[in-house]
Formats: sequence, C-alpha cells, structure tokens
Amino acid sequence: MGGYLHLIPLAPAAGFLINGLIGRKLSKRLVGLVACGAVLLSFVLSVAAVMELAGMPAEHRVLETRAATWIPFMDAGGGAPSLALDWVFVLDPLSAVMVLIVTGVGFLIHVYSIGYMHEEPGYWRYFTYLNLFMAMMLTLVLGGSLPVMFVGWEGVGLCSYLLIGYYYWKTDCADAGRKAFITNRIGDLAFVIGALVLFAHFGTLEFGPLLAGATSGGASTALLTTVGICLFIGACGKSAQVPLYVWLPDAMAGPTPVSALIHAATMVTAGVYMVCRLAPMYAMAPVALTLIAVVGAATALFAATIGIAQNDIKKVLAYSTVSQLGYMFLAAGVGAYSAAIFHLMTHAFFKALLFLGSGAVIHALHHEQDMMKMGGLKKKLPVTYAVFLCGWVAIAGMPPTSGFFSKDEILWKSYLWSPVIWAVAAATALITAFYMTRLMGLTFWGKSRMDHHTEAHVHEVPGVMKWPLVVLAVLSLVGGFLNVPASLGGGERLHHWLEPAFSAKTYAAGEVHHEEAADPHAAGAAGHAGSAATEYGLMALAVVLGAGMLLFGWNLYNKHPERAAAWRGRFAGVHNVLKNKYWVDELYDAVLIQPFYQLCRIAAWLDVKVVDGAVNAVRNVTVGTSYFSVFWDTWIVDGLVNLVGRVFMGSSSVLRRVQTGLTQSYASAMVLGVFVMICIYMYVS
Amino acid sequence: MNGIPSSHILVLSLILFSVGLAGVLIRRNIIIMLMGIELMLNAANINFVAFSRQLGDLAGQVFAVFTIVVAAGEVAVGLAILIALFSNKDTINIDQINIMKG
Amino acid sequence: MTGSAFIFYLLSAVAVISAVMVVTRRNAVHSALFLVLTFFCVAGIYVVLAAEFLAAVQVLVYAGGIVVLYLFVIMLVPQHAPLKAPPMRHMVGALMLAGLLAGALITFFWDAPEVAPVPAAAATTPAGNIETVGMELYQRYLLPFEVASLLLLVAMIAPVILARRRI
Repeated sequence: MGGYLHLIPLAPAAGFLINGLIGRKLSKRLVGLVACGAVLLSFVLSVAAVMELAGMPAEHRVLETRAATWIPFMDAGGGAPSLALDWVFVLDPLSAVMVLIVTGVGFLIHVYSIGYMHEEPGYWRYFTYLNLFMAMMLTLVLGGSLPVMFVGWEGVGLCSYLLIGYYYWKTDCADAGRKAFITNRIGDLAFVIGALVLFAHFGTLEFGPLLAGATSGGASTALLTTVGICLFIGACGKSAQVPLYVWLPDAMAGPTPVSALIHAATMVTAGVYMVCRLAPMYAMAPVALTLIAVVGAATALFAATIGIAQNDIKKVLAYSTVSQLGYMFLAAGVGAYSAAIFHLMTHAFFKALLFLGSGAVIHALHHEQDMMKMGGLKKKLPVTYAVFLCGWVAIAGMPPTSGFFSKDEILWKSYLWSPVIWAVAAATALITAFYMTRLMGLTFWGKSRMDHHTEAHVHEVPGVMKWPLVVLAVLSLVGGFLNVPASLGGGERLHHWLEPAFSAKTYAAGEVHHEEAADPHAAGAAGHAGSAATEYGLMALAVVLGAGMLLFGWNLYNKHPERAAAWRGRFAGVHNVLKNKYWVDELYDAVLIQPFYQLCRIAAWLDVKVVDGAVNAVRNVTVGTSYFSVFWDTWIVDGLVNLVGRVFMGSSSVLRRVQTGLTQSYASAMVLGVFVMICIYMYVS
Repeated sequence: MNGIPSSHILVLSLILFSVGLAGVLIRRNIIIMLMGIELMLNAANINFVAFSRQLGDLAGQVFAVFTIVVAAGEVAVGLAILIALFSNKDTINIDQINIMKG
Repeated sequence: MTGSAFIFYLLSAVAVISAVMVVTRRNAVHSALFLVLTFFCVAGIYVVLAAEFLAAVQVLVYAGGIVVLYLFVIMLVPQHAPLKAPPMRHMVGALMLAGLLAGALITFFWDAPEVAPVPAAAATTPAGNIETVGMELYQRYLLPFEVASLLLLVAMIAPVILARRRI
C-alpha cells in the first residue's frame, strides 16, 4: 500500500533532468510543457494518494513508502546494519494537506510562468530550477524522517538561491541570493544540532519512532526544549522570522512567480510544517512553544509596521508574508496546529494570488515596481483589478473569504492562551488591512502617476497568465469553507482531518493514557475555557475594525490622496524609521558583517604575511643552505675528486722520471733489483 | 787438481762480471756497451767451467759452448740493430736514444 | 803454488786489467783490442781449468769472429768526438752499484764450502777433452745442439734484414 509515494517528488525531478540537460535545445513551448506536465503528474499522484489515505480508518491513516536505503550504518562487528537511513516517504493527514497545496499551487504558478517568463533570457533554466524546487519541496513534505526532510530543506534553500539570483548578471540579484542562502544556513546549523541531539538520544530520526519516544517520556523536558528551540531557529531561517527574516524582502529581486511560489506559498511555510510535524514533541516542551508564540507574534507586528511605509509593491507583499508567517507560528505556539496549517493553506491561496497579480501589474507597466509611479489602473487592468480585490478582502480577513476563517481561528485560539498575545495579533490584523488597502489605493485607485510612455503600453495579461489568477481568486474566496468553526455551525473538517497528526496517541506504542487534554499549554484545554459569546464578540470586533480600516483606506486613497502625503510629512520621523525597515540590515552589517570582513582581512593578512612568509622563509633557508651545499660540492666533493686527480698527477710527474728513456738507467734499475734479491736470498737461506 | 780453490775462480768471474756491468752502465757508446755485455758473458762462462771442473760434470763446458753460440748470435743481431739505429738516428750515443722518455 | 795456479793468477790479473781497459778507453778501437786480449786470457784460463775444447772455441769464435765483427762496425760507424768525450752519466752511481753487487756476491761466495774435486780419474781419460765433450754434445745434448744451429740460422738472417738500407 502506498508504494508509489516516492514518485511524487520524482516526477518534477525527471522534469528537472530533462530540461536541465536538453532544455536549451528544446523550443520554449516544449520546455514549458515538460515542466508543467511533471508538476501536473505530481498533483494527480498526490490526489490519488490522498484519496487512498482518506479511504483508510482515521486512527491508522498513514501511507509509507520506503524507496531505498540511503546510508546503511554498519555494526562495529561488520554484521547487519544496526540502523539504516532510508529514503522513507510518509503520507499522513498533515503531509496530505501540504502535498496538495504544494502541487496544486505549484502547478498554477508553473502555468502562469509560461506567460510571464516568455520574454526573459534563459527560459529553460528557469523551469529547470522551478522543477528542481518542486522535487525538493515534495521531498520535504513527504519525508518520513528528519534527514529526508532535511534533504528537501536544503534543496529548497538551494533552489531559492538559484532562482533569486536568476538574473545573475545583476549585482543586487546575486547579492540577494547569497544573503538568502547564508541566512538560511545559520538557521540550518541550529536545525542540524537539534537533529543530532535527537539522534544521539533516540537512535533514530524517523518521525514515527521519534515521536513515540518523545511522547512516552523517553527524554527529559530540558532536552526536548533545547531541541525544540534549535529546530525552531532553523525554522526562523527558513520561514523568515525575527531575527533571520532579512533575506525575504531582498529576495523580491527574483522573478515574480518565484516570489509567489517560493516566498509566499511553499518554501517559507516549511518551518511551520516542521513545527507542526513535531507537534507531539513540542507538546512536551511548553517553554519552546511559548518562545515560538512570542517570536511569531512579535514578527507579525514588526513586519506589518514596516510594510506600511514601503513603496515597492513586491516589498509590501514580502513584509506581509513575513507577518503572516508570524501568525502561523503564533498559532503553532499556542497549540492550535490545525489553525496554523489552515492559515498556511489560505495564505498560500491569497498570497500567491497577490504576488501573481502584482506580477501582472509589473508586466503591464514594463517592469515598473514603484507604487508611487502607478495609479488609476482600475480601468486599464480590469481582470487584474478583480482578482486583486479578491486577494485584498481575503488577506484583510473579511467574511466569508478564506482569510477570515483562518485568521479568526488564530485570533480566537491566541486569546484563549493570552489576551496580550491576542492584542498584538489583532493590532497586526488592523495594520495588515491598512497596508493592503494602501497598496490597492496606490496601484489601482486615484489618478495615474505613470509616465506617458508606460501608460500608453499598459496591457492586460494574456490567457495563460489569467487562468491561474482566476483559480486562485476563487480558492481565496471559498477555500475557507473547509474549516468553518463549530461556533459558526461548520464541521471543522480540516481540523478533524489533521487531528491525528498532532496527537500523541497516534505515535504512542500502546500507551493510550497519554491524552493531549492533559497538556496545560494547549489552548482550549480542559474544555473550551472561552465561552461562545467571547468568541462571537471577538469575531465581530475583528470584522468591524477590519472593515472600518478598509473603508478608511478606500476613502483616503480614492477621495483624498493628498492627505496621505500630508501625514507622511507630519509623522516624518516615524515614517522614516519604518521606511528604512528599522535599519535592521544596517545593524547586522555593522555588528556582524563588518567584523566578519575584518576577520577575513586578518586571515588574508595572516595568509600573506605569516603563511606566505613561512613559505618564503623556507625558501630563503633553502637558498641559504644551498650556498653551503655549493661550498661543500665545490670544495669538498669536487675537492676530493680533484685531490685524487692531483695525487695521480703529482705522483705521476714524480714517477715519470723513472721513464728516462735511457737504456742505462733501466739497466741500473735491473741491477739494483737483482742486488736486492740476492741480499734477500743470502739472508734468508 | 790444480790447487786453485773454486772460490778464487768464482771471484775472478765476479770481478769480470762487475767490470762488464760497469761498462754497460757507464759508457754511452753503444759498441762499448755491447763489449761490456761480452765481458759479462765470458764471466758467466768462466763460472760454468769452474763448476764443471769442481763437480767433474762436463755439462758445464757444454753449456759454455752453447753460451758462446748464443753470444755470437747476439753480437751479430745487436750490431745489426746498431747499424739500423745509426741509419735512423745518426748517432751511437745511447743517451740520445730516448724516445721512450716520459 | 803450482805452476798452473801461478799461470791462472797471472792470466786472471791480465784479464781483469784488460777488461777495465776495455770499458774505460775512449777510443773504440782501443777497447776492441783490449777486448781481444781479454778473450785470449780467458781462453788461457780455460786451458788451465782443463776445458781445452772450450778454449779453442773461445779463440775461434770470440777473438776470431766477434771482435772482427766489432771492428767492422766500428769502422762503419763514425765515432763522434772520440777524444773529447763528455763526462759519463751517473758514473759514480753506476760504479757504486756495480761495486755493491760485486761486493755482495763476493761476500757470499768467499766462504763457500769447498767441494772436494772429483778424483782425477775422470779428467785423465785417454779420450781427451775434445772427444768427451763431443760425445756429450752429440749424445746427451743433441737437441740443444740442433736448436743452437737453428739459432745461428736466425742470427744470420736477422742482421741482413735489420741492417738493410731502406730506399
């Protein structure tokens, strides 16, 4: 059963290979077809798998595929592997939701890209990277163990880098890609440390056994808290929470569909997914969850405030994404995991819609991204305007859009946990409504501020870009009905579907008496602590305030646009701070980057002076000793040889005198010899 | 037999030999050198005869005959060499026949 | 002293003196003549020592042949500066050497034990010296005899070739 899960990431991987190897030679049409076809195949397989999953009874909803052994760790004795790292893919309710979102939205964005990237250089390269991204993201969500998930985690980071720096010849794009990768890496370090601690303690990193061990008291709270915080830091890097969010606004330098897919709908949600995946473990570490909630809330508010003062349309949406991700983490931190996933889903719909819509605007205005140079596009881009309206009301949380249901769920659950946190979240919601309205106002309403040349060439999107927008718009509007809360008479279908994935019961091996009801941290524990009245009240408050903000903004930008400029002047100081994003990047540069460069300079100095110096010193020593060698060779070695020669010459010049050439001297010598012999003979005998 | 002790004859032969030797070593005229050699040969002959007389064996005298034969041959060849040498070098001074010097 | 002893010593003295003359004369012809005298003395000594055949051969070959040969050659070859001969090379050294050798040998031989001479019976065979020598020569020493003749053949041809004039 479920032996085909590995095919889901493999389809886009195949697309990556085909386009990567021969895409350059293929026609644009074929490249797009291969890429979109691969993702469509993944989507179909995912639907089939989820349907199979749905057919199973709720307590045992797990499909597992063990594709191959990755690292067989051997016993010290060389026997059978004591444990093995497998390519294991798991489909449970949580990953089912994720995989449908990823493949569905991914497919829509692929189709959109065919139109958007048509005139861009390196068309095949774009789709190659995009397919690789899909493969990696699917590995991440379908991964059945932390290492497999980590492969996907790293892979999407790589693709993010590749796609942000898609226009690699532009310095700011390349720099943004690098910034993303490095910031991610810092988070990844913490992730790996957490994973290794878990491995050291439990001996396995597969989610089933791991969560079973964690929930059955296999590790101390301190350990789980530490691990939880480490993994969350990794999630901060990937999902752009404070303090590792700085890469996301810069990442807007990449093509707009990339921003939509990676930096809104899928990759940045990986952190949220990871926390929710390990929910039973986090349930054992309330301190970590508190940290997550606080960081999430703070990020949400912080990013929203920056979003007010940005002029680049994509930057506004980027900060909005950071803020909404903060919401998701807030939800996870208060224990409302299904709310987090619900918001993840709705956010994927409307944020992707907003990004693709902004892409349409940018495309229409010939790559103009400054909202100050837009305006009055309502009439010129009707379809785009229509879909933008859908996204606008969804993100502002107006009923009955999907955004309303998901955001409201989060607000309610955070109120139950702590009213302070609720206040922060509510404030963020108001600010969100405001800046989105500002975006609408500057872009579509009011008078046109475009220059005449651009204005003349404004054109609506082609069909291939239109249909994904429409689909996403529809989803943004009706997607919320998946999880209407009980208080409004809904069936909370998504919540019930996801429940087993977050419950320790699913993982406990036979220890049934652990209920999540005993978790004091979870919101709504010990029965619904909050009354229905409070819920309705808060809901109404949020809607009214939100609607009020929308109307206020509508009025401001439609009727009295000059007031906005006046307020900018009046609150110039605050506006300046927000516009400069609290100078966080500059702070990081001064505190971290420059000292690091200084360190690099020192290292370079060391290398030149010390290392090279040592090498040169060796050289000098060698040269110096070579003089000695020369001396030795010339005077002693050669000297010996010469000495031998001279000895022979000297002795020969002496002995040569024997050869007088005179017969008589030879005769004398003979006589002398005879004489000696006679003497010997005489005295011996 | 004659009352001459063999040792006296040997002394005689020795003296003659020495004189011949001195002549060979001292004189530079090649002809005189060859004469010195003849003296030495004669001295040897006297020696042979002395022992032949003492031991009563005629082998000594026979040998002396052969010695004379050889001496004769040697003189002939030696003087021929001298003539050849002279026609080449135009000198009979042995000091000037020193091509093998060095 | 017996008569033959006296003759022996006389002849010895003359031979020695004559030999010294041979090696010391500057005039080569003088040397040759003294050489003849020496040979004759030696022949006489042979007679005294009962080697008559040898004495005859000595006179015939040495005095009669060899010295004549010497004189021929002396005539053929001009004797450069016979009267003012330059000092002899290393005379002292050579004399010393010869003297040394002679001294050594004389010392060795002077006290040599005397072997009793063979009884006179062998020396007074009625056959006489020539006959006995001849018998020895043609019986026991026939081969050396023949070889000696071969040697003389060579000694005849060789000078002819060696002293040839090359044209």
